[in-house]
Amino acid sequence: MRIAVLIKQVPGTDNVKMDPETGVMIRTNKGNIINPLDENALEEALRIKRSREDVQVLAVSMGPESAMKAIKEAVAMGADGGVLLSGRAFAGSDTIATARALAAAISKLGDVNLVLCGERATDGETGQTGPMIAATLGIPVQTYVQRLEVADDAVKVERVVEGGFEQVKVQLPALITVVKGINEPGFPTLTGKVRARDAVVPVWGADDLGLSPEELGLKGSPTRVVKIFSPKLSRSTLLHRQDNTGRAVNELLKFLADRDIV
Amino acid sequence: MDIQNYKGVMVLGEQKDGHIRPVTFELLNRGRDLADKLGVELSCSILGNEIEDLTEIIYRGADKVFHVAGPALAGFLPGPYARALVRLVQEERPEIFIAAATTTGRTVMPLVAAGLKTGLTADCTLLDIDDKEKILLQTRPAIGGNIMATIKTPFTRPQMATVRPRSARPAHRDESRTGLISVKNYGDSPVSAVERFLAYVPDATQEVSIEDADIIVAGGKGLKTRDGFKLVEELARLLGAGVGASRDVVDLGWASYPHQIGLSGKTVSPKLYIAVGISGKVQHLAGMQTSETIVAINRDPEAQIFQVADFGIVGDAFEVLPELMGALKNAPGRRLREGSEDNAL
Ligand SMILES: Cc1cc2nc3c(=O)[nH]c(=O)nc-3n(C[C@H](O)[C@H](O)[C@H](O)COP(=O)(O)OP(=O)(O)OC[C@H]3O[C@@H](n4cnc5c(N)ncnc54)[C@H](O)[C@@H]3O)c2cc1C
Ligand SMILES: Cc1cc2nc3c(=O)[nH]c(=O)nc-3n(C[C@H](O)[C@H](O)[C@H](O)COP(=O)(O)OP(=O)(O)OC[C@H]3O[C@@H](n4cnc5c(N)ncnc54)[C@H](O)[C@@H]3O)c2cc1C
Repeated sequence: MRIAVLIKQVPGTDNVKMDPETGVMIRTNKGNIINPLDENALEEALRIKRSREDVQVLAVSMGPESAMKAIKEAVAMGADGGVLLSGRAFAGSDTIATARALAAAISKLGDVNLVLCGERATDGETGQTGPMIAATLGIPVQTYVQRLEVADDAVKVERVVEGGFEQVKVQLPALITVVKGINEPGFPTLTGKVRARDAVVPVWGADDLGLSPEELGLKGSPTRVVKIFSPKLSRSTLLHRQDNTGRAVNELLKFLADRDIV
Repeated sequence: MDIQNYKGVMVLGEQKDGHIRPVTFELLNRGRDLADKLGVELSCSILGNEIEDLTEIIYRGADKVFHVAGPALAGFLPGPYARALVRLVQEERPEIFIAAATTTGRTVMPLVAAGLKTGLTADCTLLDIDDKEKILLQTRPAIGGNIMATIKTPFTRPQMATVRPRSARPAHRDESRTGLISVKNYGDSPVSAVERFLAYVPDATQEVSIEDADIIVAGGKGLKTRDGFKLVEELARLLGAGVGASRDVVDLGWASYPHQIGLSGKTVSPKLYIAVGISGKVQHLAGMQTSETIVAINRDPEAQIFQVADFGIVGDAFEVLPELMGALKNAPGRRLREGSEDNAL
């Protein structure tokens, strides 16, 4: 069984800047991390690998060359290898174009039975890439998965939905997006780090995927970011100090009644 | 793609067990506004086997309802839903197609957009029409709520977006409205081995579903222990509210993962969010800062949560909460759980 884990490199959360003119994210190579939910996706793949024979886990990422670090980290944690999609043609891709590239890479790897993604990435936060890859590949998808059981030709999943959980069975090959509750990600091991250092990770460009530059990057993206601005974060806050008179609580109840809430 | 051939606004309604989900009425409000600005019709697509009272959708602002029916569509399965919607959109050609950013909308809309090779904007909190170009302006928070981005889909149709639940009020109900209801049956095979729905299991720890709650009471590490966190649950019960938690609380096992609010948990936007003993780190704020009203209770006057709060009490949760609950219990006529009929729409 071959499992592809999709790994996005994202800025560590306190360290993001946007170019206000172009709306393009300015990434510094410092402080980039693997998208946290992708570590859960990787851990789930490794868990399956531990429980079955003949499982190969491959980490796939699209991003700048510095994203090689994310793939090496995945290898250090136990992945068998990976591939990086990188090059000018991919820059500025929206989720449709990103999914097109990643789907082509999965097809090129061949014989992938299971694709695992995070439910969403912490920067773009659309959660759209996974399902769009599934649509492009023509395979079933399940999202928000917190439990996964693999059999030879199918997976049973439990999704976290509004007010409860849904249990669904889908045939393989399939794509699954996971939420944090699914497992506790592991850590790089010493032998893993050694393997990662020596691992040869191919870098594929548009040509390798058989895609034309028209289908990728900004050109292949139907959406356009037209404006970036800061949200109005702070509100005017009425602050009261708790004392023993019950005044603060009374003020709160008055405030809520005025707003017609409670 | 000749974009001139696409006219009208379509929203995707949602149902559960044949009942229309209230988020549908929020979409109809948004959709009506956009349709009026463009001077076009508003339609609502809804998938399911049997759905009661589709005229309600007309009363809430739609000119047309497309009920795509069939046993395969009774419960949500991504494949059958997406196939039906791709076909419907190809037949009806709306210029705008929006859905709720629920677990259903966020799953099926990417499939539909990929199928139609058009753009999709996620989790919008604001939708508007560009006066000159007459196209959709889609505004959404990203990067943990640190920025807002306005996005458009200039060259392809429909322009697609998911909209954050509770970011708009439900549409006003008007029984004098009339419209057309049509049923479509695309004959998708009822049981397929590819995707099979097995069961829905309600979460016993969510007396009130977090996504649907008007009020959420959320607790953080400031509650000290699992027992301390029970105060939050108690206040929630009193208010008929959902229970939320910070990540630290979930990691400590005081609440289960579906209760986690924030960057790696749920994004919510209730009428009232009460944060107790939560410091307000950006990752938590990412999941709740679009709430209509925010109340914070924290011992530390410098806590970041106060920066997003409309009302704050600086004090010990173990004093404030019992006092608040006492006052609520003694206040006649307040809308507590026992008297929640007047909460009904
Ligand atoms: C502010 C802002 C707003 C944006 N809004 C939109 C929008 O509304 N619609 C739109 O189409 N595009 C949008 N984009 C572009 C979008 O962020 C990119 O297309 C990006 O490649 C996908 O990002 P995501 O963070 O949304 O990923 P998500 O779809 O949230 O990621 C889910 C999972 O997919 C996998 N994955 C995603 N990207 C990669 C990758 N590069 N390599 C490997 N695996 C990956 C990972 O497993 C990840 O956990 C926006 C970008 C910015 C900066
Ligand atoms: C990638 C990533 C994703 C994350 N995702 C999330 C997420 O989804 N959700 C989330 O919540 N966090 C998330 N976090 C964690 C986040 O950064 C914080 O660590 C977390 O929110 C802190 O939880 P807390 O406020 O309960 O605890 P603390 O930060 O420890 O705050 C406790 C607060 O309680 C107050 N307090 C103490 N005693 C009392 C008392 N007796 N009465 C009243 N107040 C009291 C203190 O003043 C303090 O402000 C994420 C972090 C990362 C790096």
